[in-house]
Amino acid sequence: MTLVLVFAGALVGAPLRYLTDRAMQIKHDTVFPWGTLTVNVAGCLVLGGLSGAGLSLPAPWLALVGTGFCGALTTYSTFSYETFRLVEQRTYFYAVVNIVVSVVAGLGAALVGYAVVHSFAG
Amino acid sequence: MTRVEPGVVRVRTRRTQLIRTHGAALAVIAVGGGLGSIARYGVGRLLPTRPGEFPWGTFAINVLGCFLIGVLMVLISEVWSAHRLVRPFLGVGVLGGFTTFSTYANETRALLTPGSAGTALLYLFGTLLCALLAVLAGVWLTRVITARPA
Repeated sequence: MTLVLVFAGALVGAPLRYLTDRAMQIKHDTVFPWGTLTVNVAGCLVLGGLSGAGLSLPAPWLALVGTGFCGALTTYSTFSYETFRLVEQRTYFYAVVNIVVSVVAGLGAALVGYAVVHSFAG
Repeated sequence: MTRVEPGVVRVRTRRTQLIRTHGAALAVIAVGGGLGSIARYGVGRLLPTRPGEFPWGTFAINVLGCFLIGVLMVLISEVWSAHRLVRPFLGVGVLGGFTTFSTYANETRALLTPGSAGTALLYLFGTLLCALLAVLAGVWLTRVITARPA
C-alpha cells in the first residue's frame, strides 16, 4: 500500500517539476536554473511542514505527499548536473550562486515550514 | 462547404504535435518519477535514517543519482543520438524521482540540535561535495570509455 502511495505522489510531483522548469525557462531567459531552484525550495518548505506536523500526520499522508510528491518534485541530480554545466560553460559566478542559494533557501524553507506547522500542531 | 486555408491547417497541426510531444514527455516523466521514487523508498527501507545519525541512505541515493546523470547526459548528448523521450524518462523522471533535495534539507534541519550539529554540517557539505564530484566522475568516465581511438 505504501508503495502505491509513494508512486501516486511521484506521478504528480515529477511532471510538476518539468512543467515548472519549462514555465521558468520561458519567464527568465537566462542560463541560471530558476526552475530547479523553485521546485527544490518549494518541496523543502512542504516537507518541512509535514515534518513539523510530527505524529499528528497519518503515515499514509507522509508516504503520499512527503516521500512521493516532495521527493519527486525536488531533485539533487538535476541540481548537480546544472551546476556542473554552469562550470563547464565557465559561468562560475552563476555556479557558485546556484549552490549557495539552493542550499541556503532549501534549508531555510525546511526550517520555516517546520517551525510554522510545529507551532500550530504542538 | 467552407474552405480552410492551408496556413490554418499548418498551425493546427503544429499545435496538435506540440500537445502530443508534451503529453508523451509528461507521461514518461510521471512513470519514470514513480519508478525512481519507489527505488528511493526501497533504499530508505534498507538504510533507514535514525535520529541524530548521518543519513547514509539519502546520501547514497543522491550521490549515485548524480553519478548516473553524468553518465546518461554524456551518452545521450555525445555518444548516441537517443530517442527524444530517453532524457525525459531516465533523466527528468527516473533520476529526478530517485534523488531528492527536500529530504536532504529536512534531514539536515533535523540534525541541527546541539548534540548533532557537527553531523548536520558534515551531511550538508559532504552531500554537496560528493554529489558534484559524482557528476564529474560520471561524465569523465563515460567520455574516457566511449572515446574513439584517434
